[in-house]
Amino acid sequence: MNDSVVVTGVGAVTPLGMGADTLLAEWSSGRCATTDGVGSCDRFELGELLSANDIRRTNRFTQMALAACEEALGNAGWGTCVPFDPYRVACVVGTGFGGVEIIEREHDGYCADGATACAPACIPLMTSNAAAATLSMRYGLHGPSAAPASACAAGAEAVALGAGLIRSGEVDAALVGGAESAISGFMRAAFAANGELSRTGVCRPFDARRDGFVIGEGAGMLVLESEEAARRRAATELARLVGIGVTCDGFHPTAPDPGAEAAARAIDAALTDAGIAAEDVDYVNAYGAGGQLDDRAETRALKTALGTHAHTVPISSAKSAIGHLLGAAGAVQALATVLALRRGIAPPTLGYEVPDEELDLDYNADGRTLRSQDGSLVGLSNSFGHGGQNVVLAFEAQAIRR
Amino acid sequence: MNSAVSSKDVEARIFEILISFGTEPDSAVREATFDQLDIDSLDLVELAQIVDEEYGVELTIDDAQQLQNVGDAIDLIVSRIA
Repeated sequence: MNDSVVVTGVGAVTPLGMGADTLLAEWSSGRCATTDGVGSCDRFELGELLSANDIRRTNRFTQMALAACEEALGNAGWGTCVPFDPYRVACVVGTGFGGVEIIEREHDGYCADGATACAPACIPLMTSNAAAATLSMRYGLHGPSAAPASACAAGAEAVALGAGLIRSGEVDAALVGGAESAISGFMRAAFAANGELSRTGVCRPFDARRDGFVIGEGAGMLVLESEEAARRRAATELARLVGIGVTCDGFHPTAPDPGAEAAARAIDAALTDAGIAAEDVDYVNAYGAGGQLDDRAETRALKTALGTHAHTVPISSAKSAIGHLLGAAGAVQALATVLALRRGIAPPTLGYEVPDEELDLDYNADGRTLRSQDGSLVGLSNSFGHGGQNVVLAFEAQAIRR
Repeated sequence: MNSAVSSKDVEARIFEILISFGTEPDSAVREATFDQLDIDSLDLVELAQIVDEEYGVELTIDDAQQLQNVGDAIDLIVSRIA
């Protein structure tokens, strides 16, 4: 098993509330945090994290990334001082759209009052690397800082890129994740226009009645460290990132390839990378956005890659509880997978009631306990995005007894 | 232009802008440096934009770099208004 990258901290801001543990606990208890077709982070609080001027000078997705990162660093035990050479710490934060609310605000001002209405700070507030840059500045990091913008797979791709930098020996650690706040009326209208948004406002992944995704906002951050670096500072290991598979459909701007060949190859690549067999997978945290085509393609990919084991492994979608966090989704799923394995549970796919004839896997409507022979559990976290982006992450964790 | 504007008016307005940028009201004094107030180059450009709009006074980046503290900025603006 490729075990050189360990997860030492996780943090999340989601529509279910502040904190990664809150996400897992509330989702597992069956609570859905979306209302009227939107998953907004109404309980998001910055607390004392930023000065008044810094609040003015950061956009919402960056603020959410910062809150999630503080939590992740807190449980990684980094304290106030980065425990590594700052040139050997990477910061990779994905987003699908960047500072949407700033672009809208500044554009409104421009339309009303002309060019002089643009605020001097509006450019760094609009760009997609705002979160990665802000985190690098705040913690004094000088290693590679990047912002993948690979649509709904951006958060997972950030995890994959950070892990790759650790594996190559370029860095000792990486702050990785995704953040997104793009739930404005304009964004919703744009997603509705291409027919992807649920008309009923309910996300029902894999259910016969599914009619699209429910848009959400939030952030998820993970602290990744090389196994050696983590051991040197006696860090608590939450999980190991054992496999990474990245492919592209190369098929269509928005729709998945119905054959799901490239998606299946991404799952297969993650398993091969991890050196594990399909039968070793204990849990699948699905992309499961609730679209007709997406859910069918993902089901097909799982069958192709996992064979008969696809029918027995519990599969669940966090989007049924928090909606689709777009560029943050993959990172939030990754940390939800880590925590699910740690606690030995497969949280439920909420709202899954009416089976679709073609979708015949175990979508785990009620949630369940995961059993392990040796205390170790393996989970896959699937992320797919517009443009045919496929990113699959495989985690392995020791289940802690409660 | 705007000859009716007094030095006190400009001072009060500059303090108000700094407070809107996040400066604590107690810290908004003539002697404070922009560094002390955590006001960086982007904030100064924004300040200059407001000053231009309200007083018709243009402050360049070179001007901004000459400013030692808040009082210098107020004096420069007042001198240009006159």
